Amino acid sequence: MSPGTGATANRRATPGPLVSMLRVRDLAVGFGPRPGTDPVIAGISFDIAPGECLALVGESGSGKSVTARSLLGLAGDGAWLQAAELAINGSDVLDLSDAQWRRRRGRDVGLVLQDALVSLDPLRPIGREIADSLRLHTTLDRAARRARVQEVLERVGLPDGRSRVRQRSGELSGGQRQRALIASAIALDPPLLLIDEPTTALDVTVQAQILDLLESLKRHGTAILLISHDLAVVGRIADRIAVMSAGRIVEQGPAARLLASPRQEQTRRMIAAIPIDKPRGTRLASPGDRADAPATPLSPPAFHVSAPAAAAASSASPAHDLASGEVVLEAIGLVKTFRRPDGRDQLAVDGVSFRLARGTTLGLVGESGSGKTTTARLLLALSLPDSGEVRVLGRPFSAATERQRRRLRPELGAVYQDALSSFDPRLTVDAVLRDAVRGARRAARTGSAGAGTAARDRARVLELLDQVSLPRTLLTRRPLSLSGGQRQRVGIARALASEPQILVCDEPVSSLDVTVQAQVLDLLDELQRERGLSLLVISHDLGVIQHASDQVAVMLDGRIVETGATAQVFRAPRHPYTQSLLAAVPRLA
Amino acid sequence: MSDLEIQADLGRQARARSPRRRRIGAAEALAGAFALFLITAAFAPSLVAPGDPLAIDPLSAFQPPNLAHWFGTDESGRDIFTRVSHGTGGSLVIGTLATAIGLGLGIVLGTMAGMLGRVVDFTVNRFLEVLFAFPGLLLALLVILVFGPGAQTATVAVGLATAPGYARIIRAQLISVRSAAFVEAATVLGRGRWQILVRHILPNTLAPLFVLGTLGIGQAVVWASALSYLGLGAAPPAAEWGAMLSAGRTYITSAWWMAFFPGLFIVLTAVTATSLGRALERRARHA
Repeated sequence: MSPGTGATANRRATPGPLVSMLRVRDLAVGFGPRPGTDPVIAGISFDIAPGECLALVGESGSGKSVTARSLLGLAGDGAWLQAAELAINGSDVLDLSDAQWRRRRGRDVGLVLQDALVSLDPLRPIGREIADSLRLHTTLDRAARRARVQEVLERVGLPDGRSRVRQRSGELSGGQRQRALIASAIALDPPLLLIDEPTTALDVTVQAQILDLLESLKRHGTAILLISHDLAVVGRIADRIAVMSAGRIVEQGPAARLLASPRQEQTRRMIAAIPIDKPRGTRLASPGDRADAPATPLSPPAFHVSAPAAAAASSASPAHDLASGEVVLEAIGLVKTFRRPDGRDQLAVDGVSFRLARGTTLGLVGESGSGKTTTARLLLALSLPDSGEVRVLGRPFSAATERQRRRLRPELGAVYQDALSSFDPRLTVDAVLRDAVRGARRAARTGSAGAGTAARDRARVLELLDQVSLPRTLLTRRPLSLSGGQRQRVGIARALASEPQILVCDEPVSSLDVTVQAQVLDLLDELQRERGLSLLVISHDLGVIQHASDQVAVMLDGRIVETGATAQVFRAPRHPYTQSLLAAVPRLA
Repeated sequence: MSDLEIQADLGRQARARSPRRRRIGAAEALAGAFALFLITAAFAPSLVAPGDPLAIDPLSAFQPPNLAHWFGTDESGRDIFTRVSHGTGGSLVIGTLATAIGLGLGIVLGTMAGMLGRVVDFTVNRFLEVLFAFPGLLLALLVILVFGPGAQTATVAVGLATAPGYARIIRAQLISVRSAAFVEAATVLGRGRWQILVRHILPNTLAPLFVLGTLGIGQAVVWASALSYLGLGAAPPAAEWGAMLSAGRTYITSAWWMAFFPGLFIVLTAVTATSLGRALERRARHA
């Protein structure tokens, strides 16, 4: 590295607060053979004061997690670490040995990891997990430890401590697990907490509760380093935000200032990508984002035309004329019951009815366990309803035999949450798409297998790639080696192979970074406008639903509790559940 | 940092990382070399050992290993290295065929159990459980009891004895693949049952079996040798490892090499097949 890096970093750092709980100057970490070679992060400088929350924000691979792990001495085997200064609570931690680090972790600095399910030992009661750190770092006796465990459980909002401590992580819900994990991190009352994506996997109401909890910790004087890819979440509790990109901090400043007037391109892109409160038809991805998928010669027209047309299209397009719309997909009183392990029946879907009008998008929103995914499986006839019916293009679908259904299936495409597992792991992108194209050709019974068929299939595969803006170089790759956004595009291309009239998208973007999510949402929007697709979008994310749908249906415990035009439901929700959902959504400003 | 430096940097990265991915361990290299030797010996034994494995030379009986006879000679003065080399083909054929029979039967039973509904699944499973109740070698002995001893019967017997294990694995694999998301995705795309079975389910079920088969060959060679040793497989004058081991047993105190070298080859073949199988398995998992 050139000596210039350090100077830039120092200039970029905001003037540190008087007392600094965490002080980082010019931190660089890499996995090269010698210190200084192949850095993955470099020139990282920031301070966190007691009672302050600094959010480290960036896309996957920007280096936020490496930064956080290095601050705990957990950079990893074979990693080197250099810094001009690295101090926790005023004492230097740059040259600590492993044993010295062990004494500090938990006591001076607590860590809350992203995935609460795998971070807690499934075989041990949570009380024991939390007491562990007390046993290691304090001289408290059993009774005192037990009292302390109950105290911290109460503080994180898990009351009724006596029975709680005996529960194992499998018996807790996602939000409760995250709370238990935070409880174990604060058991020793560390002055500094590192929290990695605390709310990513959580429903919006639970997310709001966790953010409230962090807020109260902050008031209590704890310094918090929050790591996230979601600016909207971060905006709620962070005092300052540092945006990371490609291993460096590109912008750092007070949260309100940074969100209101971002100076750097990367920051602007991430803010623009947040779907909530952005009207239907607005592009979310910034033009520069296309690095992931360079436009191929065939696609630019679509791209350029759609951008300016978007704003005009939002209210005038026929897509919003619902009254006269022909119904393409209809659910009539769907009911589905599952047998639970304890032998009792559980109603997963309880009388769900809705209609999807041609050329429009219906958003199905609900929290985990509300029956959204079961509904999607019923619509695709992957499982059959106990009662009720699914009709596609006015014809019976769920009530037909699979052989009869097969004739209708080309009209109904599906996009899955986990695109990767929806591809045969042995097949390349080319084989995946060629299979789909061949299947579509056979289904349409156009063109008998002959001389030109292979060439025509090949041309169609390339055409599909262009439609989803993927470069042809990806054809020889296997989906495993693609990025999340690319995988989802391949999934969409496959769904488009049979030129369906309806797309059912089950959580199409929930596993993607905000900026990649923006690109995929834009792509779906474009495709709908160009080919008059009718979309059913299922999501737990109200922002995605608000941005992407004309009509919305809110699900709770297997029922639809509220339906209506999206704008109206978001402006004036009638059902108390919808109201509480909307109140919990983190928004910018 | 200049462009040149960056390029040099990238080059270093590439050099530093690529060997880690494609490293071939010393064990794998040794196993590969020995496998090559075995295959040569199996297809063209005269290339490895030009002599006649059955040629008797009473004058040079019971010679310990020396320059003329690397592995020594047996009670009739036959060269043990020549016999071991010429026996390779027989042992490998028995091992491979037995594994093929076991796998083939396993595939049929496993696929039936996994695909043809609950009644078939139940029936096949009970049948497999009965077979599992007998130790494998006992099952093989039962087959030989019925059909009489001999190399062919031994092959079939070992194949039958290994089939239940394969069937179990195939059934489990099939059931997990059948409910995989990509199979559902194929259903949504409008594929028929047979298309899905042939295009997605079977390949994903059977690919891991090649690894299993490689591991199985080593096991089958040991079993077939065991049967020959017991006098139930290939008969003595034939240059078969198990039979040679059995013949050498009589002289184990005076002429150790007669039993040692055939035994060594049985062990080495099993170890080679196993380590190659493991290497394949690792590759497959990382691919």
